[in-house]
Amino acid sequence: MTLNFLVICLISLGVYSFLFGRYRIRKVTQQVSVKQHSRDVYHATFLAACATIVPLIVLIVWSSLSPLVLNGLLEVQLQNMVGAATVGEMGVLIAQTKAFSAGLLNPAFVSDDVKQAASYYESLQAASDTGRALLVLAIGLVGLAFGSRFLTVRFTARHWVERLATWLMIGASVIAILTTIGIVLSLVFETIRFFDSVSVTEFLFGLHWSPQIAIRADQAGSSGSFGAIPLFAGTLMITLIAMVVAVPVGLMSAIYLSEYATPRLRNIAKPTIEVLAGIPTVVYGFFAALVLAPLLRDGGSDIGLTVSSESALAAGLVMGTMIIPFISSLSDDVINAVPQNLRDGAAALGATRSETIIQVVLPAALPGIVSAVLLAISRAIGETMIVVMAAGVAANLTANPFESVTTVTVQIVMLLVGDQEFDSAKTLAAFALGLLLFIITLGLNILALYVVNKYREQYD
Amino acid sequence: MTDRGPQKNDPIRAARQAQRLKKRYRKERRFRAFGMSAVLLATGILAFLMTSIVYTSIPAFTHHNLTLDVTIIAEEVDILRDDQGLVTNVDANWLGFVRTALRDSFPEVTSRRDKRDLYKLLSIGAPDAVRDAVQADPNLIGQTIQVRLPLSDDIDLVMKGLIDRNLPETDRLVSDRELAWLDKFIAEQRVSENFAIQLFANGDSREPEMAGLKGALMGSLLTMLVTLLISFPLGVLAAVYLQEMAPKNRLTQIIEVNINNLAAVPSIVFGLLGLAVFISFFQLPRSAPLVGGMVLALMTLPTIIIATRASLASVPPSIRQAAMGVGASRLQVIMHHVLPLAMPGILTGTIIGLAQAAGETAPLLMIGMMAFIVDTPTDVTSKATVLPAQIYMWANNPERAFVARTSAGIVVLLSFLLLVNGLAIYFRKRFEKRW
Amino acid sequence: MSSQEENIKIRTSGVTVHYGAAQALHGIDLDIRANEVTALIGPSGCGKSTFLRCINRMNDVIEDCHFGGKIEIDGEDIYSGEIDVVELRARVGMVFQKPNPFPKSIYDNVAYGPRIHGLASSKDELDHMVETSLRRAGLWQEVHDRLHTSGSGLSGGQQQRLCIARTIAVDPNVVLMDEPCSALDPIATAIIEELIEELRSQYTIVIVTHSMQQAARVSQRTAYFHLGHLVEHGDTDRIFTNPANKQTEAYISGKIG
Repeated sequence: MTLNFLVICLISLGVYSFLFGRYRIRKVTQQVSVKQHSRDVYHATFLAACATIVPLIVLIVWSSLSPLVLNGLLEVQLQNMVGAATVGEMGVLIAQTKAFSAGLLNPAFVSDDVKQAASYYESLQAASDTGRALLVLAIGLVGLAFGSRFLTVRFTARHWVERLATWLMIGASVIAILTTIGIVLSLVFETIRFFDSVSVTEFLFGLHWSPQIAIRADQAGSSGSFGAIPLFAGTLMITLIAMVVAVPVGLMSAIYLSEYATPRLRNIAKPTIEVLAGIPTVVYGFFAALVLAPLLRDGGSDIGLTVSSESALAAGLVMGTMIIPFISSLSDDVINAVPQNLRDGAAALGATRSETIIQVVLPAALPGIVSAVLLAISRAIGETMIVVMAAGVAANLTANPFESVTTVTVQIVMLLVGDQEFDSAKTLAAFALGLLLFIITLGLNILALYVVNKYREQYD
Repeated sequence: MTDRGPQKNDPIRAARQAQRLKKRYRKERRFRAFGMSAVLLATGILAFLMTSIVYTSIPAFTHHNLTLDVTIIAEEVDILRDDQGLVTNVDANWLGFVRTALRDSFPEVTSRRDKRDLYKLLSIGAPDAVRDAVQADPNLIGQTIQVRLPLSDDIDLVMKGLIDRNLPETDRLVSDRELAWLDKFIAEQRVSENFAIQLFANGDSREPEMAGLKGALMGSLLTMLVTLLISFPLGVLAAVYLQEMAPKNRLTQIIEVNINNLAAVPSIVFGLLGLAVFISFFQLPRSAPLVGGMVLALMTLPTIIIATRASLASVPPSIRQAAMGVGASRLQVIMHHVLPLAMPGILTGTIIGLAQAAGETAPLLMIGMMAFIVDTPTDVTSKATVLPAQIYMWANNPERAFVARTSAGIVVLLSFLLLVNGLAIYFRKRFEKRW
Repeated sequence: MSSQEENIKIRTSGVTVHYGAAQALHGIDLDIRANEVTALIGPSGCGKSTFLRCINRMNDVIEDCHFGGKIEIDGEDIYSGEIDVVELRARVGMVFQKPNPFPKSIYDNVAYGPRIHGLASSKDELDHMVETSLRRAGLWQEVHDRLHTSGSGLSGGQQQRLCIARTIAVDPNVVLMDEPCSALDPIATAIIEELIEELRSQYTIVIVTHSMQQAARVSQRTAYFHLGHLVEHGDTDRIFTNPANKQTEAYISGKIG
């Protein structure tokens, strides 16, 4: 039975249970004169839930685990048929078998072993599908029979339905934790495997980054060198350039719009600047690579500078632009949170507006601004598309912003895009970089939170 | 004592004060001008970015076509008929018909090399135009028909003035001879500029003039559908629990901190998660909208939760009390009163979150949603790409015409986002309640 | 005395409430008689509202709020495990300080309670219940031609009567009122007070009020709270003319407040 049909069956069972539950409780109530505890709809929902919840869970678990089990069984079968094969060969065989059974391969190009394995795989699949369907529907019917025994006048169906709803909500909230756990586990796992082949110190302090393309897993010299310092330096430089653009422009815009601008200008300029935040990063990347970079290169050569067409400058400037609204709207919030009476106090002493802002408002808003900048840095470090499109791929260790540098995120993309083995040091390196990125951004966020909580002034 | 006391009438001091005041005002003006230029710079960059992209995109919305008289030789067309004798399909060497028509226009071109150059005037999509015309009306078989055939990308660029005819021949992609042929067609008024329907009707292609956004648009749609179906219910349920029901204990605190942190995790890390968990562990298909949608859903979840909580918090407690006072249970209070009242805010937050997801590229690169895919995806497990990834791929193509194509893709993406954000603003304005 | 004994609707004994570490109520023993209006008076923060909210367990939703003691309605302990809060609140209705109609139509406001409790089996029955409730709340004449317009379009006094109609639509035994007139002008207040007097025959009413005149006007029994203690309670006439306690006297004569 296909998945779609099974899902339809399950939904029908749910609808039937609902209708049956409603009919049943009405009939039960007619025979007695006691007031029903819960309304009909709760009884009906209770019964529908009895008939569908557990089967649904079984269905999801079975469907997500069966590919793993089938794969394992197929591998064992192939092992028995062709004898010991390397991990790579086995992968190819498994892929061939699956492709053949899906009808994607011409039978003429496939070995008999694979054909045999494919029919074995198909029988496994059929068995799994039948087993799943029988189990799911059987549990559903048992649930229906079990639940319908409860439907009596004083049965607290509403409590049960509400309890179920609460658990559903708790489940949804736990997804957030599961996501984090998933991120940490997947990154940590692969990183540990990466450090089996590359030492931690080489990775963190090595000055040379050139992950070579492994054409075959057993090829000599396929490990490459994984010293990540040039990536850190490149990331740092681009982030720095971005901050040099974004912090003054963002902060001054926020100050001007909240302290000087007329309400009309503010109402126009604020959303306009925020449009910058809504532009997808791939658009910024295109702009940096195809508009700004040629402009800088040509402008540079006019005044005798050699500017690479993948210069850190172009990527940094555009990234700075992307960050401007981030800084300006966060600073705007903290500047507005500074109470008016502080400004009035300074003005009453004869301070000019700019003196009030620089000497009173900004110091009061400083923790918030610092935290905004920290969050912006974390954003810039994690930004991918701009640098993938506008920064370089080669890992140069340089302090010259006109040259091409590469970043952590660029390398993650370069290492993972395209088909390659999941186990090579190259792929694993991407996860190590990802873990590093995760830790750094997390650290910056926590630091930002700490700065705000520690130094925030309490106004009343 | 007398020296230090206030000397209101001391002329030297007064002059110094005045000068000082002037300096302070100068500083004030400088500060103000600095602020204003920051605003101008920010808006100016936006204007420059938008104009440059829209400007480069303009050529991609039209394409030059060549109207040729193509003879459909009846003997060379295979006609498939169904039981009732109706034509179900026609097949033929359409390319041959087109080439014959071209050769007929220039009988003087005879050598193989020259003919090959002549054929290059037209796009490889030209035969499809003939096929479509015949398929639409099988009665044309055996006749000579006028068909509008797309010119190749380089010739199109010449027509649009993007390739300078005055450059020396060696510096230009189009030879003098090709220009001469083209000029003859122009003189015969056979060349026309039309709306580039291919941009929306076709899937991806290696040829810029044939490359379209249909597949990517469909992929984006499917991906967003998955994202919406996962993140909206999960996000709202989680937010309702955390805001309305959760006891203040360790677990809920951990969940809250977690959600705030997740909102700041770089998107590419979510891509790594998708690669390791969904594709590598659960063996879900690569490049599929299902996986892309799941990854983006996890990424959007914090946004929706945070927006929903803010929206729920803005519903005044008096409504909850009123409902409880007449005996509504906690869940009834939420379902009948709080959620409906918070819905505009929730929808606004969801739309903004989805718009963000729709423009996201990096995590999708990790799970292979940037493959070259010509076919339009039909369901959530078929191979697909999304609009931003399509833009990224086009941006990497070397052909000059792809620059305009890419910009056009960006214009489509931005228009879509503008529309969606406009919708969010409309929701907020239309249904927002001030308490 | 024995006839009064039978007439006791709500009996509270040793009621204490803590908000976290702070104690808001100290052992309140108060009997409330059926078909009477009992006024709870006292300075701000004396715990009278907290006490009122204990009677229909509205305090349950407040975190860190701990209840001690016993409250019986018709001899049934409402804090025992078998009591369903939702059913309790259907029996013990509440009207709040600020009129808080749902942002729905007048009809839906009144019909909401009967709907969730499944009190009406047909549309006609529901219509009838809405009309009766609005009539009892003295609002029918004013709104019968615009039942489907929003409840928030009414004036403050009308809104509060709508809230009363909404409360009695569920047909409770007890109606709790938490300063129901504090947000209203004198004319609207007078109308509500009249209404309370009319409702007394069918319901047991407990009203918290800041206005001593109001307590004197509408109630038969008065209880004076101070700093979480029940200082004195008894017939309203006696409390206002001849208070036994110094504090009560000081409050009534306007020295504390």
